[in-house]
This record gives sequence, C-alpha cells and structure tokens, in this order.
Amino acid sequence: MKPFDLAQIPALEIDSVSHRYGVRVALNGVSLTVRQSSFTVLLGLNGAGKSTLFSLITRLYAIRSGQIRIFGHNVANEPGAALSKLGVVFQSRALDVDISVRQNLMYHAALHGIPSKRTNELIAQVLDRVAMTDRSLDRVRNLSIGQMRRIEIARALLHQPRLLLLDEPTVGLDIKARADILDHVRRLSMIEGIGVLWATHLIDEASAGDDVVVLHKGSVLAHGGLGEVVGKSGGADLRDAFNRLTGAADQDELESTG
Amino acid sequence: MTAAGEAMDRHSFSLAQYLICLKGIVWREALRFIHQRERFVSALVRPLVWLFIFAAGFRQVLGVSIIPPYETYVLYEVYIAPGLIAMIQLFNGMQSSLTMVYDRETGGMRTLLVSPFPRWWLLTSKLLAGTLVSVLQAYAFLVIAWFWEIEAPPLGYLALLPALLLSGFMLGALGMLISSLIKQLENFAGVMNFVIFPMFFASSALYPLWRVKESSLFLYYVCELNPFTHATELIRFALYEQVSWVSLSVVLGCTVAFLFGAILAYDPARGFLARRNNPAG
Repeated sequence: MKPFDLAQIPALEIDSVSHRYGVRVALNGVSLTVRQSSFTVLLGLNGAGKSTLFSLITRLYAIRSGQIRIFGHNVANEPGAALSKLGVVFQSRALDVDISVRQNLMYHAALHGIPSKRTNELIAQVLDRVAMTDRSLDRVRNLSIGQMRRIEIARALLHQPRLLLLDEPTVGLDIKARADILDHVRRLSMIEGIGVLWATHLIDEASAGDDVVVLHKGSVLAHGGLGEVVGKSGGADLRDAFNRLTGAADQDELESTG
Repeated sequence: MTAAGEAMDRHSFSLAQYLICLKGIVWREALRFIHQRERFVSALVRPLVWLFIFAAGFRQVLGVSIIPPYETYVLYEVYIAPGLIAMIQLFNGMQSSLTMVYDRETGGMRTLLVSPFPRWWLLTSKLLAGTLVSVLQAYAFLVIAWFWEIEAPPLGYLALLPALLLSGFMLGALGMLISSLIKQLENFAGVMNFVIFPMFFASSALYPLWRVKESSLFLYYVCELNPFTHATELIRFALYEQVSWVSLSVVLGCTVAFLFGAILAYDPARGFLARRNNPAG
C-alpha cells in the first residue's frame, strides 16, 4: 500500500501566503488549491492581487510568508522540480514578435532543456492542439491577438506541464476569440488532465462544474465549486454572489476603519 | 534557502540539457540581432562618428607619445580605436541588460526566469549571448576602421577575441547588476548620464592616463580605479598581441564580482525585483 495516493496531490497548493509592497498589503493569508484536471477560476477585480500571486507562484518574487507547492514540490526549496511541471501564460505579451512562431517555440523548448528532435515532435503536437499548424513559419507580428494567445498557450504547454496558469488570457480579445480560447483550455484540462488556474475579472468566464476562488483586495473571500460558492453567499448566480461577497468585505473594511 | 534548493535540483538536468538551454538563449539573441538591423547600425555608427569626426578634429591638438603597447608614435585615431571598441561593448552591455528587464511589454524576462534551470545559469547564458553580439559589432567596427588605416598586426585580431569576450562579459554583468539595483536608471538617458558618460570619459579611452595625471591627480586615481579603463587597456594590448596583466586581473575580478552581484540581485529571496515591481493586478 502506498503511503498516499499520487492522484490526490493537488496540482497547486497555496498555503497562507502573504505579500506586501512596502506598507501596502497585496496578499493577505491566501490559501487555495487547484485539483488535478480541474478548471479553477480565480476571480478578482483589477488590483485584487492576481498578478502578485502569479509572480509568487512563478518564483519571480520570493515567498516571504506561507508556502506554495506544485505537485508537492515547494517552489522555494525545489524550484526546478516545481517549475518544470508548470506552464504559464502571462498577462503581458511574452512572445518575440520579430521571429516566427516556430522559433519562439524552439526557444521555449531550449529553456526546458528539451533536445531538438523531441522539440520538433512537441511543436507539431502543440500547434495541432491549438489549430495553428499552418502558421508555424509566420512571424508572430503578423498574427492576430487571438492567434497570438493561442500560440502563447501552445508555448505554455510545450514542455507538457501538469499545471497551467493563465493570467487574464482573454484581455483584448473579441467575443468569438474569447469563447474559443476558453473552450479550448477547458477541453485541455478535461482531456489531458491538466490542472488549470484561470485568473480573470470577467465573471461570465466561470461556468457550472468549475472551481471558483474569489480574491478581493488580497484576501480569499470564497473558494469551492461554483454552485457551492453561490449557495453559501445566498446569491442567485455567480455575479450576484461576487457582488455580495465583495460588497460585504468592503462594508466591513469601511466599518473597521471609519 | 535558494542555494540549498538549487543544490537539490541540480541533478535533475544533465550537462547536455544545460548546453541545450545555453544554445537556445544564444540562438535567440542571434535571431534578434539579425532582425533588429537598426540596432546593429546605430551601434556601429556611434563609434564611427567618434573616429571620423572627433578623432579627426583632435588629431592636431592631442599628440600621443610612445607608450606601451605602441612602439612608434601613433595617430590619435589609432589611439582611440580600442576605447571605441570598449564603448561598443559598454553600450551593448547596458542596452541588452536594460531592455531585458524593462521591456515589460514583451515579458521576455519572465519567460526566461520561469525556466526550471537555475537562475545563475540563465543569467550567465543571457550575458554570454549579449557578449557574442558585442564581439560581432566590435569586429565590424574594426573592418571599417581598417579602411581608415587603423591596422593592427594580423594576429592581434585573433588575440583580441578572448579580450573582447572577457570585457564584454564584464560590462554586460555590470549592466545587469545596475538594472536590478537602481530604479532611477529605468530609461536609457539616465544610464547615459550616470553610467556610460562618466565611465567613458574618466578612462584611458580618449587620452592616455599620464596626461590626466598632469592635470589632476585625483582624476587620475578615479581613472585608474575605473574598470572601463582596464577593459580598454585589455583590448588595446591584445590588439597588439600583448597582455596587460594588471588590466586582465582587474577585468577578471570585476567580472566575477559583477556577475555574482547580478545573480544575487536576481535571486528572488533577496527580493530586489519584488521591492521594485508593483504590478497592477
């Protein structure tokens, strides 16, 4: 008998993480988990702390208090093991627009130490997955924003991560492209069993069956299945629940300070 | 924390994989170099302006006596050529390090730093890639200068290569260190005023140090302590098939110190990045 079941290790486990910039508190005791092959929506307005959280998970900033584990690997102690299981789509554009799609992907593969023969196979695979095979030799500059997003997702998936983080991946996309990307990533998490953390301020990007984390001013206000979060808040739907939760938090804050 | 962490991680990648990573970073820098011809041209025009205009104008004013490594009187143009090569590397080092950090739009730095390889390896590879570009620029300058009758012994051009690699590495590491430490230097104009110009002028690039000594002893000591002086002298001696051991030691020492400092500065545990950045989300 195994001491614990591998399948039970969360893809991402954030345990009471706090972070501040000078005196401004960006994250206040944040805890959340992303289960394997789940689609978890991190819902928060601009300034809620989503990007700070991403910077901590990706080890851009040091974790000062609390712990972050990716498949059980502590980001602070075993950064290599943790980061090799992680794929990220940053909010800021991360592709080099002057070179081709393929060259961008080759660069990424090198950053993961993947030999060139294997790289070719993987590139073919991920481009096929995002339906961009025919654009592999095009310069990134010549793609639409939606296509660039798809390439960024392909790039994030290239080294076959088990956890995918996306920071506001639909910013700047039209409704159709937004729906495509969302649908696509959702399918990925289902078929390939990838744990997905999807950060957004757009409430309608969460749907039934997703896990939802409501992050507001650096604190987690609710965490659980979408139905559960809505039910607990007493709201009619997620939008209502979100407004109730954040409204109540703001009210508390007003009362305690004023 | 990180030292222990990376020690634990080290065996997860083979040496071959480290080389794949290095090759990828160098290759990408080469592609950027090919695609940004304006950058290459402007990097070349800058020293040529100094050579064609400044040096021509000062030729009559500034005589250069026979000092090592020169064995005869040399024209002023010949004297300043090594300094201009070092200037190419100084600009290149500052530019590539700064764009790497401040080019938030492209998120290039984030892409690099989420790689599972240890950070010291990523930064060293990145520096090496930038250095190779500056070496190409330096040789392109020397080709044009050759037509301007600045001719070094043939083997000098070969002996120059290790000197260029070392000085380029030192200046690149300095740029990386500065970019990580000082917020005020976010734009290039600030770097020009506070780093490039003082380093360039308070050095042996434009005038031999004995001349500086005649006018100000204090300035002379500043120049002697300036690592850029030693980068220039390392290049100057190498071009004439000689080794300036003092300069070589200074450049080596500074390279190690700057690189070590830059790696520390980019260590998330030290938090320079965290202290500076303040993202909206």
